Amino acid sequence: MNNKVIQVEGLTKMFGDFAAVNAITFEVEKGEIFGFLGANGAGKTTAMKMLIGISIPTAGKANVAGFDVFTQAEEIKKNIGYMSQKFALYDDLTVKENIAFFGGIYGLPRKRIKEKSKALIEELGLEKVANKLVAALPLGWKQKLSFSVSIIHDPKIVFLDEPTGGVDPITRRQFWELIYKASHNGTTVFVTTHYMDEAEYCDRVSIMVDGKIEALDTPKKLKEQFNAANMNDVFLKLARG
Amino acid sequence: MLPIIFVLPLLQLIILSNAATFEVKNIKFGYIDNDHTSTSRALIAQFNASAYFNVLTNFPSEAVASAAMLKGEVDVVLEIQQYFERDLQKEKHTSLGVTINAIDGAAAGVENVYVTQIIQRFNKHLKVDLFSPSDKQVQPINIETIPLFWYNETLNYKTFMVPGILVLLVTMITLFLSGMNIVREKEIGTLEQINVTPIKKSQFIIGKLFPFWVIGMGLLTIGLIIAKLIFDVPMLGSLPLMYVYTSIYILVVLGIGLFISNFTDTQQQAMFIAWFFTVIFILMSGLFTPIESMPKWAQILTEFNPIKYFVEVMRMVMLKGSGCMDILPQLLKTLFYAVIMNGLAVWSYKKTT
Repeated sequence: MNNKVIQVEGLTKMFGDFAAVNAITFEVEKGEIFGFLGANGAGKTTAMKMLIGISIPTAGKANVAGFDVFTQAEEIKKNIGYMSQKFALYDDLTVKENIAFFGGIYGLPRKRIKEKSKALIEELGLEKVANKLVAALPLGWKQKLSFSVSIIHDPKIVFLDEPTGGVDPITRRQFWELIYKASHNGTTVFVTTHYMDEAEYCDRVSIMVDGKIEALDTPKKLKEQFNAANMNDVFLKLARG
Repeated sequence: MLPIIFVLPLLQLIILSNAATFEVKNIKFGYIDNDHTSTSRALIAQFNASAYFNVLTNFPSEAVASAAMLKGEVDVVLEIQQYFERDLQKEKHTSLGVTINAIDGAAAGVENVYVTQIIQRFNKHLKVDLFSPSDKQVQPINIETIPLFWYNETLNYKTFMVPGILVLLVTMITLFLSGMNIVREKEIGTLEQINVTPIKKSQFIIGKLFPFWVIGMGLLTIGLIIAKLIFDVPMLGSLPLMYVYTSIYILVVLGIGLFISNFTDTQQQAMFIAWFFTVIFILMSGLFTPIESMPKWAQILTEFNPIKYFVEVMRMVMLKGSGCMDILPQLLKTLFYAVIMNGLAVWSYKKTT
């Protein structure tokens, strides 16, 4: 019970008559890398927004990091990190300023922010651009910075919404190394992606089709279940219905 | 961005304060002299001597004069009839024809007053010339009024306009900056990132308000310096009082701006709504037209216009030297407004959908 950091039961979001998310049920364990797959418009982002407390579910139950999404959204926010598919750091602040700003919002003490900032800039190799505006960075660097900022407060869970969209293969590999490192440090990773090779990196994968979760298992078992050579085939079989 | 925020409004202050004047000057004046006597020429010379009139043309006939007025070449036409001098001397009575272009009714009214004044003055001199001192019984009795203009003795238009235009600039800049602000973050996606953090709504709004509040106060300061140095506008009242009032007033404007920002999805929408309010607020503020001459319903609406109070306070404190007790009604209303608008701004900012 304690090991389940996300528990979702019959979670639904209606937009008028349209069920963007239709009664999904799943659990995510502590330290897991949980892949959340689905075609465009399948409802991944909507589901994620409910879990991170910025969209109120129409029905169902969900518990994230031990808190209820209906009544304790602000508590959830203290315990999670989030990186959206849009780059969402401030373009007109420098690398250091962005780190200090978000560290401050999460209530980290000044000293801790300084330490974190130094460590993070070193880890990402951003020493030379630390005082440059974020707008000037290449997309891949921005994404890595964005991820590092989203886990600056050592959250229990980090939600990543298509974090590697538009990024080159080498940077994507580096990005996944960051994800593994976070996971190794005990952070649960909840990630959506369109890259099927990335799906293979996940501990478990769920595939959403038209607002419902159609499959949920380890990549290995899914391939067996659908009699497919790789996750790509699994996805195609499911998404085409 | 910061230089733009400061330089453009101050340029506006300097340009508009010089240009936006209701003083009617350089009136294009034409005349038709059918009399050709020394009296008629003396009358025309009076107009020539006036600083308000540019004596342009001697029209040969009424038809030519009306054609010129149609083309906009002349604003005021004075027609002196034949036997003007003879009638004056013999019958002690005559008349003059004055035609004024009244497309701008307010200007026409002013022009009429000027024309009448000149003719009356001319008339007075004539009376003295025409009547001999022994003629005591017909000696005209003149009642002369000597007006005293309080608070702006020289009727200097700039003294009246500069504080008003400064109000307008401080308002527009702060309203537009705050109105665009949250909605801009919605567009670029940083607002979503903020919404998944545990930041409190009030913290967020205060964080949004504060920089613009500082900019607004900075603009006021530079504007007041310009008012003093360039336009020599008097500052009779207390400067700290001015600042106390403005600091509350800017909160009202920022609250309105953030409220707009919360209810819109794009910067275009926010821009349109901000424009809608600024135009109404400005034209109904008493800045350009007196509130007393508005229809009753409009006067009631102006009660909800924060600019009205700021214009009143600015003029009262700067030109009349009003103190704290004099502007207390405006101060309290503005404070009340600030509480309401910022309450609404915090309330309407929703971290969840």
